[in-house]
Amino acid sequence: MRARRAPLAFGGLFGAVVVLCLLAPVYAHDIAHTGPDDNHITETIRVGGKTEEVVSPTGVPIGPTWHSRFFLGADANGRDVAVRLLYGGRNSLEIGLIATLITMILAVLIGTFAGYLGGVADGVLSRLLDVIWAFPPVLLGVALGVALAVGGGLDLGVVEISSGSLLLPAAIIGVVCMPYVARPLRGQVLSLRRREFVDAARVQGHGHLRILASELLPNLTSTIVVFVPLMLAGAILLEAALSYLGAGVQDPNPSWGTMLEEGIRLTPGAIHLVLAPGLMLVAAVLGVNVFADGLRDELDPRA
Amino acid sequence: MAGFLARRLAGMVAVLLAISLLTFLIFQVIPGGDPALRMAGRLATPQQVQDVRRAWGFDRPVYDQYLTTMEKVLDGTVVSYSQQINVEDEIVRDLPPTLSLALGAGFIWLLFGVLLGVLSALHAGRLLDRSLTVVALVGVSTPAFFLGALLLYYLGYRWGLLPLGGYVPLSSDPWGWFTHMLLPWLTLSVAFIGVYARVLRSSVLDTMSEDYVRTARAKGLSERRVLVRHVLRNSLIPIVSLWGLDFAAVVGGGAIVIESVFDLHGVGQYAAESIARLDVPSVLVVTLLVAFAVVVMSAFVDVLYAALDPRIRLVR
Repeated sequence: MRARRAPLAFGGLFGAVVVLCLLAPVYAHDIAHTGPDDNHITETIRVGGKTEEVVSPTGVPIGPTWHSRFFLGADANGRDVAVRLLYGGRNSLEIGLIATLITMILAVLIGTFAGYLGGVADGVLSRLLDVIWAFPPVLLGVALGVALAVGGGLDLGVVEISSGSLLLPAAIIGVVCMPYVARPLRGQVLSLRRREFVDAARVQGHGHLRILASELLPNLTSTIVVFVPLMLAGAILLEAALSYLGAGVQDPNPSWGTMLEEGIRLTPGAIHLVLAPGLMLVAAVLGVNVFADGLRDELDPRA
Repeated sequence: MAGFLARRLAGMVAVLLAISLLTFLIFQVIPGGDPALRMAGRLATPQQVQDVRRAWGFDRPVYDQYLTTMEKVLDGTVVSYSQQINVEDEIVRDLPPTLSLALGAGFIWLLFGVLLGVLSALHAGRLLDRSLTVVALVGVSTPAFFLGALLLYYLGYRWGLLPLGGYVPLSSDPWGWFTHMLLPWLTLSVAFIGVYARVLRSSVLDTMSEDYVRTARAKGLSERRVLVRHVLRNSLIPIVSLWGLDFAAVVGGGAIVIESVFDLHGVGQYAAESIARLDVPSVLVVTLLVAFAVVVMSAFVDVLYAALDPRIRLVR
């Protein structure tokens, strides 16, 4: 079979975005000479021999200078958009990764236990999935985000997440996305547990946990692997939507979603505030999606 | 058919009751949920808070509060905590923009999703198929509010072709309604078209290898007839069920991001505002609307199934 190059190339695009965002402190310190929250609202800058104000008296920020300082322009507070873009990317990617991790762990646990145990346990767990599934994801995410922000964070007994923390949106996104993975996994376990090799393991006297871990889980690997990049793309998009609606990342933390929100609020004056985070977001998500598509073609014999 | 509908109706009532109860309970347990404190205002004395609590019945047992609220919901007399306006009047006010959005966009994304999906399947592996795949993936990877903001900026602000958001009622100005809804429709459709085209493509390819398709060809039917009567009819089944659920989600406020970018003042925005104010009656009614839309659409989908696939019967 001919190896497909496009998915790898787009996976590389995502990798490039990640590396760029990881280098944010270097860029901020050595090239832009400013920080993500540093305010230059009253300053002026020389562009092409002319002196221009970073933010005009009417509140319109400067557009891209394509020079080391304010490479992508400034925002309404006179902050360097390029620097915030990279720092915001770190937050967006971090939330995406943690949310994906939460989704996968919860989905594997709930999906396998529901499918394997059947009966009442399956009924209860499946109804739980139905309830989460019944709400549109963005609406449920907003509801949880706002409710938890009002309540001052989330206290789970063992861990406590304060309302300004990045973990809060990550946890919300992780839970909201979970049924989309748990359901297919449950279905797969449901058909696997009737197979001969599971009976064989049971006849040998293996316990339930051992059968789950060593007989069922290996058979779920390709499904799980296919879902990881899909969920990552979904989680990054959901973060942006929640932050845009004010229920995700909270000020002063930057993220692509909060930057887009600010840009859209100020639009007619400064379209670069929409284009910069938007294009970066599309590049990252498209990279993951094309990679996921290729991965599915490789691993899923039915596709 | 009548038996099927009766069973569906009974199931619907059960689901709606369960969802309303659950929503009510969630708001009892989340922190900061005591409505009396917020309604009495910031400077209220404990006595005033107590008065509000008694007047609104917050001091009574939860099941009692739930029953009273549901009774009012059914009467159409339920009022919101924060503004004390009739909730159902507010929803009826916000429903037209949301329904306009759902109907128009639902039509566009179904039509183009099916067209592009069939084209893709017929040219599987060739340039057209691969470019459509790329277009679909770009559509899925673009956040709706980013696309919406760009369209508004270029088509609305820079080139002045279309209005800058807002909603105009169909009854007062049909052309204005159309121009105001055009961008929301397109923006909402883009992501769905990509998904639908991909689902239909793989479903058509699966159906193509079925025995009855070979039989239809062997009977000497024209390729067009085989495609429309035999292949498409069966491959539309997953699309129909997807469409039913997605449409219901939009009616229930799922397109909140689009409503917010284009300032449509629809159900989604109302839902978000109610949730932000922890306003139980409003949230309850919106939730019931979502659930109602989902249940009605899934019954509708089942009827369509039976029409599309003669092997499916509505008996069970």
